Amino acid sequence: MVDTKVNLLGIELDNPVIPASGTFGYGYEFSEFYDINVLGTFSFKGTTKDARFGNPTPRIAECTAGMINAVGLQNPGVHKVISEELPKLKKCFNKKVMANVSGFSVEDYAYTCELLDKEEQVGWLEVNVSCPNVHGGGMSFGTQPSAAAEVTKAVKKVTNKPIIIKLSPNVTDIVSIAKACEDAGADGISLINTMLGMRIDLNRKKPIIKNVMGGFSGSAIFPVALRMVYQVAGAVKIPVVGMGGVASAEDVIEMMLAGATAVEVGAQNLINPYACRDIINDLPRVMEKYKIKSLKEIIGGARV
Amino acid sequence: MKQVYFKIIENTHLNPLIMKMVLNGDTSGVKAGQFINIKIDGLFLRRPISVCELSGDNLTIIYKIVGKGTEAMSEMKEGTVLDVLTCLGNGYDLSLSGETPLLIGGGVGVPPMYELAKELIASGKKVTVILGFNTASEIFYEKEFEALGAKVIVTTVDGSYGVKGFVTDAMKDLDYSYFYTCGPEPMLKAVYGASKADGEMSFEERMGCGFGACMGCSCKTLTGNKRICKEGPVLKKGELLW
Repeated sequence: MVDTKVNLLGIELDNPVIPASGTFGYGYEFSEFYDINVLGTFSFKGTTKDARFGNPTPRIAECTAGMINAVGLQNPGVHKVISEELPKLKKCFNKKVMANVSGFSVEDYAYTCELLDKEEQVGWLEVNVSCPNVHGGGMSFGTQPSAAAEVTKAVKKVTNKPIIIKLSPNVTDIVSIAKACEDAGADGISLINTMLGMRIDLNRKKPIIKNVMGGFSGSAIFPVALRMVYQVAGAVKIPVVGMGGVASAEDVIEMMLAGATAVEVGAQNLINPYACRDIINDLPRVMEKYKIKSLKEIIGGARV
Repeated sequence: MKQVYFKIIENTHLNPLIMKMVLNGDTSGVKAGQFINIKIDGLFLRRPISVCELSGDNLTIIYKIVGKGTEAMSEMKEGTVLDVLTCLGNGYDLSLSGETPLLIGGGVGVPPMYELAKELIASGKKVTVILGFNTASEIFYEKEFEALGAKVIVTTVDGSYGVKGFVTDAMKDLDYSYFYTCGPEPMLKAVYGASKADGEMSFEERMGCGFGACMGCSCKTLTGNKRICKEGPVLKKGELLW
């Protein structure tokens, strides 16, 4: 018997597999397909203070071994998430959920986190700092160590739940941003968010995505994500949640060897709605193949 | 939503760019106006294609070769097994048809009208179908609709066959209880403006997942935000913001 359990910031997960925000709705939608209690947990749809429709369509473009999305944080707003989405989730999920939060000002982040802090279903707050700062000239919070630290401090003040800061890979030095978040009190780091990309429609000779650019995800970005997880995990003392192009049990194990305590799976859920269940079912086989008895013991094992 | 492995039992050209594929497998639960989402080796995203006909264990799709996905599909051999998600989207509401429904399909919007026509005729409705194409060489399925017992009107933009002009030119003199339509968005807008009765129309959008998870295909309506893949692809005339 192999042991797939891991401990993420004080909460034990049956396995390290976590559907990533934006690919799993508010969870209950996927409970039509399988019992989502098999998951370690999942990170729900990026939630903001106010309801958002998001960007104009087309929001999706195909890429080699991946896709671009420019959904633009469509969500019903934190009040409706608490009054409507979480009660629906409660009926089909008996574990703690990871609440993914976005904002366009430091105050937005604090407002949303403070409300979600009161929800007993929420185990962790995953704070996405890839959004543009409307008071900071539209630069993403996640591209400057000081702005990322400011968000971290503001949300730490309003919650007792573990705060995981989700970092953007679209930076020159992700390690300095991770360290700034750690110094500001972050309990964990998750990475990577999508990589900025674009495609052009050869028939129209214009960008496929209405917003021109979008976030590139899928198997193609796995090596970049793995490298960044390795770098960040080597530089901070707090736990790291790895993601980016993870599509198999083997990928999960690679991420953990690079230093991830838990692993999120994103785009793969969109092409195979059973992806996370399949990866979880496959983990024991792959662990036995590579003579791994306990996943806990391999975290960061690849470090040289 | 259901994941089904289908075997291709036919994959033939109806004209140089339009192909018909017949899939054999579990078709249970699939409804007229829904779509399926097909995994294609070597491509990341699945390809959503509307259901043209259901017949026992066979499901027919008709698709136009426009990009890498449909090109790859056009080269698939009989006997190939495909990983397909079925029962996607809401489908048409047949209960609203009235006695004399009008079905309007434009180009690759023609196929979903076929299963709909078949089911409406089977339930005793008097169905008129308008099939709109650019030119005579693009026409397909005229005889198939006639064989169902529908009254069929073909329009071509260049006048090379049937009524010259757009589908709306053929709508003018018709009386109908309700309409169903599928086609390019400019055509849907024209039908919306020309229609004398209530109706519903199916929409297309670039999709990530096809089953409601990614919010890639959202649109605004009078009854709130809708995902084309989940609350659509069929929207009612009365909820459109046109």
